[in-house]
Amino acid sequence: MRVLVIEDDRETAAFLQKSLKESGHTADLAEDGEGGLSMARGGGYDILIVDRMLPQLDGLTVVKTLRQEEDRTPALILSALGDVDDRVKGLRAGGDDYLTKPYAYTELLARIEALARRATPEEQATRLSVGDLMLDRLSHRVTRSGESVQLQPREFRLLEYLMKHAGQVVTRTMLLENVWDYHFDPQTNVIDVHVSRLRAKIDKNFATPLLHTVRGAGYMIRDSAG
Amino acid sequence: MTALGNFAGALLRTTAFRLALAAVAVFLLAAGLIVYVMFWQTNRVLTEQAVATVNSEIAVLQREALTGGPAGLNAAVLSRSLALGPGLYFLSDRRGNKIAGNLSRIPPELSGLPNGGVFNYRNPALAAALGENGTDVDPRLAFAVPVDVAGLRIYVGRDIEDQRQLATRVRLISLFGFGALALLGLLGGLLVSWMVLRRVDRINSASKAIMSGDLSQRLPVTGSGDELDSLAESLNQMLGRIEQLMSGLREVSDNIAHDLKTPLNRLRNRAEAALRDPRGGEAQREGLEATIEAADELMTTFNALLLIARLEAGALEDSAVELNLSNLVNDVAELYEPVADEAKLALTVRESGSIRIRANQQLITQAVANLIDNAIKYSARQMAVGAAQSDRSVKVSVEVVDGAAEISVADRGPGIAPEDRERVLKRFVRLEKSRTAPGTGLGLSLVAAVARLHNGGVRLEDNKPGLVVVMRVPIALDKGAEGRAS
Repeated sequence: MRVLVIEDDRETAAFLQKSLKESGHTADLAEDGEGGLSMARGGGYDILIVDRMLPQLDGLTVVKTLRQEEDRTPALILSALGDVDDRVKGLRAGGDDYLTKPYAYTELLARIEALARRATPEEQATRLSVGDLMLDRLSHRVTRSGESVQLQPREFRLLEYLMKHAGQVVTRTMLLENVWDYHFDPQTNVIDVHVSRLRAKIDKNFATPLLHTVRGAGYMIRDSAG
Repeated sequence: MTALGNFAGALLRTTAFRLALAAVAVFLLAAGLIVYVMFWQTNRVLTEQAVATVNSEIAVLQREALTGGPAGLNAAVLSRSLALGPGLYFLSDRRGNKIAGNLSRIPPELSGLPNGGVFNYRNPALAAALGENGTDVDPRLAFAVPVDVAGLRIYVGRDIEDQRQLATRVRLISLFGFGALALLGLLGGLLVSWMVLRRVDRINSASKAIMSGDLSQRLPVTGSGDELDSLAESLNQMLGRIEQLMSGLREVSDNIAHDLKTPLNRLRNRAEAALRDPRGGEAQREGLEATIEAADELMTTFNALLLIARLEAGALEDSAVELNLSNLVNDVAELYEPVADEAKLALTVRESGSIRIRANQQLITQAVANLIDNAIKYSARQMAVGAAQSDRSVKVSVEVVDGAAEISVADRGPGIAPEDRERVLKRFVRLEKSRTAPGTGLGLSLVAAVARLHNGGVRLEDNKPGLVVVMRVPIALDKGAEGRAS
């Protein structure tokens, strides 16, 4: 993935560049809003990471300007402002996701990978499948090896989100935000409990587990054979 | 002296003084106008009376001349001249030689005036009769009209000195009166401005004391309830709020110093220990992981702290929406249901249909989540220490009590002693027993801050055994009603 990081703090930017490279992506850096905007206009990026507070042109304006120019490149906004209202403003300006500083790199990586996936059309597919696990988004039916799996509505949405991002790490916060629409840290391991319930339903009686825990990051659903 | 000069200058510049000055000027103008109109009217009436008297005398004398001829006229003038009244007469022949009358000569001012006019005259006898003394007589004002009767010329006049005296006196009185009025007004203005200035000065010095850091100072209030008082009172309320916020801020920084330093130190120790560990690579890796974990915990605490501080300082902004509290509580309970299940607790929600409140959805959600999270945590711990519990339940209920929505969460945990209940709602307070438990110790204070932000409150009750936390939030106004329901 080609990533454009628009961040005025050099150390943060260098850290992101190095970490993204280690994760197998290439990252270009822009130190201010105007430079970032012209680089983004040059195109060719799969994702933008935009700091909200930037010299010359703030991050929200950069994203807003790009969206007005019909540039739909997914953008993750980084901000020290973490209020619900700030988040809403960021998303309203055209940001696709919003991450509050300080953040864990694993969280950022999981989110940009999810965003890049979102930009591809397969997200609209009515049927999702991972290995022999099938999920029909229209009939709300889930089967594994042809056997029907009974899920609660929330479990269905949890599985749907995981399968939509099959092969990618999905963090607990992403699940809380996208499946429950809650934007706070629940402190207790609520998400883990929900995931282990789901796991019991889809993996328990099968030899190959599909739902994996990624240590220090979150969860991933993938077909280990493929 | 310059200080006095400054004070005088300040006095003259005050709004009160300027207003007093303007009031005096307007009053003087009005009074002058009234006095002038009154005097002018009086003068006219007096003049008309004098003219009428003279005219009627002329008519009488003409009748005398008609019946008695020149001799009769002469006799009439003679007898009238002797009367020593205000009437003035001068009878002469065509050439101007005096025949009779109490005027010594034709007043020179009247020569060439065929219709008569005003003149000055001196008449010691008349003056004496009119109450003046001596030979040195002041000239008196009079007016006369010449008439030709029976081949003779007669000047019939009247003394109008009284009228002149009246005019002089009125002028004098007005001058003195207005002068006194202006002076009094000025002094009054100065007095009022001095009083105002003194109060403003006191307010100023109080403000300066406040600005220099003494936030406990308040502006002086005289108790008269005037506009300066009400201004001072509302400023004092503002100061009270500021002081409260400042002390809140100080409390936060104190708490940060006190409660964040320990985990920070722990974090540092872990990093150092990892660095020194002779096992090398693997130990360092573990150490770094532990460090990151500690950093995350610190951040969680820090964020919660900041959020509480912001909630306590702020007002419910545009983020408030009308929402169904029962649904919200059900959703949160659903999120925690597996957690409770795993802890072998029965999490139940009792609600009776839709209860609408106007609130910030995320904050209320977080508060309810904190309540349920706490309840599960403490109930589970109570069971872990082996307390015999037949009732393994966390009961959540949503209902309207006395016009406000109440969310109550009841657990069978260790509960909180009555004397500690107020304290735990404050930031960072964790009872000694739970010091070792995970969590920031900010859960309940966050709930309290969210409730306060929504103009509600939190109270703690005994569940016998266990704890009941009740959060009250005002319900939304009826549909169509304007304004914030909170």
